[in-house]
Amino acid sequence: MRMKVKSPLEVYNFLPRTNCKDCGYDTCMSFASRILDRSAKVYDCKPLVRDAEKDPKVKEKLEKLVELTSPEIAEVIVGVGDKAIKIGGEEVLHRHELTFFNPTAFFFDVWDTLDDKKIEERCKRVVDYKKFYVGKYLTLDGFAVRCTSNDPKRFREVAKKVASYGKPMVLISLNPECMKAALEEVANQRPLIYAATEGNWKEFMKLAFDYKVPVAIRAKDLNVLKSIAVTFKSAGIKDIVLDPVTEPLGEGLQKTFERVIQLRRKAILDGDKDVAYPILITPISAWLIEGDEVTKAYWEAVIAGLFIVKYGDAMIFHSIDQHVVMPTLTLRFNIYTDPRTPVQVAAGLREINSPSPEDPVFLTTNFALTYYTVENDLNSAKIKGWLLVVNTDGIGVEASVAGGKLTAAKVKEIIEQTKVAEKVNHRYLVIPGLAARLQGAIEDETGWKVLVGPIDSGRIKGWMEKNWPPKK
Amino acid sequence: LELLKNYNVERLEDVKIEGDLEIEIEGGSGVDLSSLTALYTLLNEFRNFFYHTNMALGYLQRISTMLGVPAPFQVAPMAPAAVPAAPQPVPAVPELKLPEKLIGAKFEPPKVEYPGYIEEVVLGATRADGGTRDYVVKLGGEKSLAFYIFDKPQPNLPAIAIDVFDRPPSLAKAVKVHYEDVVGSPAEWAKKCVKKFGADMVTIHLVSTDPLLENTPASEAVKVVEDVLQAVKCPIIIGGSGNKDKDPEVLEKAAEVCEGERVMLASATLDMDWERICNAAKKYGHVVLSWTQMDINNQKTLNRYLLKRAQMPRNSIVMDPTTAALGYGLDYAFTNMERIRISGLKGDTDLNFPISSGTTNAWGAREAWMTESPLDVDTPWGPRELRGPIWEIITGLTLSLAGVDVFMMMHPLAVAVLKEIFNTLVGKTKGGIADAGKWITAEV
Repeated sequence: MRMKVKSPLEVYNFLPRTNCKDCGYDTCMSFASRILDRSAKVYDCKPLVRDAEKDPKVKEKLEKLVELTSPEIAEVIVGVGDKAIKIGGEEVLHRHELTFFNPTAFFFDVWDTLDDKKIEERCKRVVDYKKFYVGKYLTLDGFAVRCTSNDPKRFREVAKKVASYGKPMVLISLNPECMKAALEEVANQRPLIYAATEGNWKEFMKLAFDYKVPVAIRAKDLNVLKSIAVTFKSAGIKDIVLDPVTEPLGEGLQKTFERVIQLRRKAILDGDKDVAYPILITPISAWLIEGDEVTKAYWEAVIAGLFIVKYGDAMIFHSIDQHVVMPTLTLRFNIYTDPRTPVQVAAGLREINSPSPEDPVFLTTNFALTYYTVENDLNSAKIKGWLLVVNTDGIGVEASVAGGKLTAAKVKEIIEQTKVAEKVNHRYLVIPGLAARLQGAIEDETGWKVLVGPIDSGRIKGWMEKNWPPKK
Repeated sequence: LELLKNYNVERLEDVKIEGDLEIEIEGGSGVDLSSLTALYTLLNEFRNFFYHTNMALGYLQRISTMLGVPAPFQVAPMAPAAVPAAPQPVPAVPELKLPEKLIGAKFEPPKVEYPGYIEEVVLGATRADGGTRDYVVKLGGEKSLAFYIFDKPQPNLPAIAIDVFDRPPSLAKAVKVHYEDVVGSPAEWAKKCVKKFGADMVTIHLVSTDPLLENTPASEAVKVVEDVLQAVKCPIIIGGSGNKDKDPEVLEKAAEVCEGERVMLASATLDMDWERICNAAKKYGHVVLSWTQMDINNQKTLNRYLLKRAQMPRNSIVMDPTTAALGYGLDYAFTNMERIRISGLKGDTDLNFPISSGTTNAWGAREAWMTESPLDVDTPWGPRELRGPIWEIITGLTLSLAGVDVFMMMHPLAVAVLKEIFNTLVGKTKGGIADAGKWITAEV
């Protein structure tokens, strides 16, 4: 981590030091430490912002502080409004050193030689995509609109159509005329334009400047990539994304891996601001290889996986099939989970679907993933029940049984704490199938009759049909 | 499923996988040959792809040479002469000064060197070294992060061991279908892993020794190990049942019957008699797998015990810091392994050992094996025959980037794909796609 300021004290010196609490923190010092770990923004200091409007000296101070605390990798915004997406903004090479901040943005391919009906179908699939995970829905970020017609009019028309879905877009054409036509229509949606190359950089520089949109630079030679970036920056273009060219196979893929890692290391280890921009990866390149659809799709997922772990800030996908989307989306969530916050929920008793005293008592751990999975499975199967959540320090069922975090003593403790015995008129406890080996111990410890439920909570419904109410 | 038309989808659809995870063991039920055919087709098709790509690549290269297709970065075409902006009296907005040419900048790639290195551990012994294996497998030896061959060459590719069980295990159907014909015979099973699925090694899990299952006595259980040693000539790994009381006895006995073969004994853990396992390993010349539950400090502690108290040689320890599946704690597993690896490279000699991953755990994820999402609100999950293997692939791929040196896996397609990835990342797969920019305008 090479933030230019490293201690809260350095930040504190820029603040009013009045402990006014307007920012929501008790002291300026605690606010300062929040700025450093990026859970608060400099602009949250209301007095500083207010004074900066009147006093040029304070303004200078504010700007200096913003600069000193800005992320190592530039943060670029694509799209507008509440669906706008931030890419880049990273600080570290390894997530345990702090965290990764802005999850890799996933843009999905739409091309302008498709007929309108097919375009609508694809757009709808992207917009409607949903996958429940850890208490929320994973969704897809936006579209990559490719100009395969080389016809400015058609590209403009399709860009407009896709824009109507309200998601951030990447516009793809190396032809400045086509790009200009689309920008005339959708520049106000702040699309990322792709791409400036050694061949067209002048025209693309002008487009990025005139329409005030972020621009991707594409070059396999990192000297060229850096040269274009430096040239753009010196012309006042700040919102830059780097595409070091994703080669999908063989030596090309190995070299791509090297380029991506070297770009990011250069920015973070050497503090080279000329390459400290978000990196764009194109798993869609996998569709250039020979083979059947499944092969290409699998390889697309592989390329995406590689660069979700290693520094890809935005990606362009072709496939919208689940065997590509589900694993990569899940991986993105995992890699960008903040390792500083344990993924836990509070222990205790939850009432699912307003249960009555004769309904079953289930047991699970406080690992957020486990908890939300069970809760959702019960809800969606419309099962009424009482759900006991044991504090296992955020460890899942199998590992917490093995590691002694889920024990008969803990089960007894939660039964007593929650007074669940007063809420039900039976003494049956349903434990997860993966905790089956605790059955006897829990019975001995609590005096409750323990029923071993299914290994996966998605199966509780079927299990209930056979096992509930329990046969005496 | 239109997408799958070229892909024998009709046959794929015939693969009616019902019952998902099989908890009960079916007794000698007939093997559905049609399903096997379809899945083998899937596998073979995929393997063919590497062949095809190389062919296609050669073709593309010949064409491009013939046509004289220029290098990717030709001289930029002349941009239309920029019209100098008319000077404005009051420039309210900054004007773009279009430069004539690029400001030249040089990218100096950074080089990272670590003071430490990862120990190299050899599994298996050939006749020359007192064993009967045809070859050995070397793990570790890195001086840089995994696949950072631009820092330091990677001495050894990650190895792949396929799991074999001494009793029919509970497996996802998509996995089980590949082993149905050999499930009763660990020796045949091991042969299939090596000959058909290209495993570098096999792991024979002596699960039946579990006192809660068949409670097979150690002396009897290890006969299976002898059979496997006879059947295959690759290095082998021997797993216990996970029972803390019985495993030391079982692994000790296994160490004895494998004398000279340099097997890996899996595993020693903090809450068992690890000393007994280590003593057996030392006596008969084997390697010990040091297994902890996703905790770098515990890993350090256990390794210290093995080194200092049990006096294990440094070249005879491999670590299993625990693998969690994609979506089910992979972030913990990844970061734990990455931290361990970086500590080792930075010179922590309690942690600089090769890393092993039980990647088969990926199949515990419901996304890998369930026919459909249990939640109506989810976008349909698609055919699980395709979801399962990629779940194992992405789990393995992610952990390979954290530094895993040996993968214990099960699905043959996942094995094939991971091997291709490893070969590619160390620069052993030649060729590539001639014009990587073709996707920009191609109709896919």
